[in-house]
Amino acid sequence: MHMADALLSPGIGGAMWAATAATTIYCARKVQNQLDDRKIPLMGVLGAFVFAAQMINFSIPGTGSSGHLGGGLLLAILLGPHAAFLTLASVLTVQALFFADGGLLALGCNIFNLGFFPCFVTYPFIFKNIVRDRPSSRRLTTGSILAAIIGLQLGSFGVVLQTHFSGITALPLFSFLVVMQPIHLAIGLVEGIVTAGVASFIWSVRPEIIACVASEKPRYRIPLKKVLIGILLTFAFSAGFLTWYGSENPDGLEWAIENITGTRELAPPQQGIHADLEKIQDKTSFLPAYRFKAATASNQKDKKQMSIKTGASVSGLLGGILVLFCALFIGFFLKKIKKPV
Amino acid sequence: MSRLETAFYDLGRLELLAEKNTRIHRLDPRVKVLTTLLFIIYVVSFNKYEIARLLPFFLFPALLIGLAELPFGYLLRKIILVSPFVLCIGIFNPFLDKEIILQIGTLQISGGWLSLISILLRFILTVGAALLLIATTGFPAICMALEKLGAPKIFSVQLLMLYRYLFLLLEESIRTVRAYTLRSFSTNKLRYPIFKNLLGNLLLRTLDRAQRIHMAMLSRAFTGEIKVARSFSFGATEFSYLAGNIALLTFVRFVDISALLGTLILG
Repeated sequence: MHMADALLSPGIGGAMWAATAATTIYCARKVQNQLDDRKIPLMGVLGAFVFAAQMINFSIPGTGSSGHLGGGLLLAILLGPHAAFLTLASVLTVQALFFADGGLLALGCNIFNLGFFPCFVTYPFIFKNIVRDRPSSRRLTTGSILAAIIGLQLGSFGVVLQTHFSGITALPLFSFLVVMQPIHLAIGLVEGIVTAGVASFIWSVRPEIIACVASEKPRYRIPLKKVLIGILLTFAFSAGFLTWYGSENPDGLEWAIENITGTRELAPPQQGIHADLEKIQDKTSFLPAYRFKAATASNQKDKKQMSIKTGASVSGLLGGILVLFCALFIGFFLKKIKKPV
Repeated sequence: MSRLETAFYDLGRLELLAEKNTRIHRLDPRVKVLTTLLFIIYVVSFNKYEIARLLPFFLFPALLIGLAELPFGYLLRKIILVSPFVLCIGIFNPFLDKEIILQIGTLQISGGWLSLISILLRFILTVGAALLLIATTGFPAICMALEKLGAPKIFSVQLLMLYRYLFLLLEESIRTVRAYTLRSFSTNKLRYPIFKNLLGNLLLRTLDRAQRIHMAMLSRAFTGEIKVARSFSFGATEFSYLAGNIALLTFVRFVDISALLGTLILG
């Protein structure tokens, strides 16, 4: 499940971007140090393969629904975790740009949820421990299914947490979890079965491909710990810090302005164009009877502090719609004048 | 059309759009990447009930679509196609958040509806921004821009490789699935045992292809480092576009144009 920009707050989005960027740089260093230049074309082509394979569906018997490959775990099995993470990140970047899956700010979250967990959590700690360095069809199957299920559970848990802490939806944490986790249990099972199927197929016809990666010594465990701690710290710090700001000040950017200028909104000057505009305003307002300010001022006092001032927001809405129409008009106008050329 | 064919068509169409030669297309890709990021951050930084102040942001996509001569209907259709996930999560807001926040005459609107509309507006703006970026810049140029902006080289090279072989592999998958469909009384969905072997075979062919590509690269003096012969110019046009955009975006973000216009009319 892809996270979307629309459900994210800048704080959480930024924190996840930072975590993903750190992991990407770490992986890039690792892959470049391995200096196996065969991997460069292999990663590119396998990325394209995962992309295409995600679009081939098969029917799940008895349910009427269909399943497809996710790819994170399969890439880790074929390439090792670092190269797999980079490849998956590139697949998700292409999807975000061309197919609008999620969006650019949410890209950090998506790469982390779908790439970090399978490559750096379930592949080394679950898959590797089951398969060891002596793969067999049965071990590959158990390892893939378990690793895929746990990886997707972690991923969907990530989506839930990121959505919850962004605070754009009103969904309570618990019920969101109750919906998301079972769905992803099913998705994870399908993913695991598909990965297991493909991995055992490759193992039966070209075993050297899997044996090659399986024999790689898991040397990365020690630096990985440092990276994990680093990511957790950055994340905890920036998310906690920004969320605290977010709750203290409903609007982080306005708060920044307040700090700089001393007032929350930039106050209009009393003379000059603003004053003149106000005079014009009195003459031009064609709906003066529809003032909401007086009516709502008393209302507002009864209710506790609300996030939007009603009177202001009705006129604001109207103004906004006007601007929207202006925007559309400008867009069409620009196109019209371009046509004859 | 199957998903494969749709994807193939979409990639091709966006690539064609990116090849246009307008004022916007000619700009340095770095500028476009930066302004798009700023735009998205500003859009998601409003509080969750905000609607009015999001609307002026439509000015930017409208300007871009106009100046870059892009097909509005096609982009809109693409945005609507991917909306289900956001809708699924946002649709609960009206049922959970029933506090009345806005009153227009006798019509009372709860916070949930406001935040749902706000989520949808954010969705259209952010997704639209990403699509506009790709339709005005093209993927290879974005990869270069990412590298110039500090992304690891191997990552941007990886992106370019993926994109280069995406078309080939999509075509190959389309052929394979079509061959199966023709021999199986037109069942669109594969059964699992067949699916597994089909995917495995595709993977084997992919691996062979990677090996051939590696050989070809080696025979052309590949030493593990990719060199790109392409220069960018960050000239006066780029600078003024960037500065103008930052100024305008910041103005729209911090000055409530909607309220100003609204009070101008309502008094």
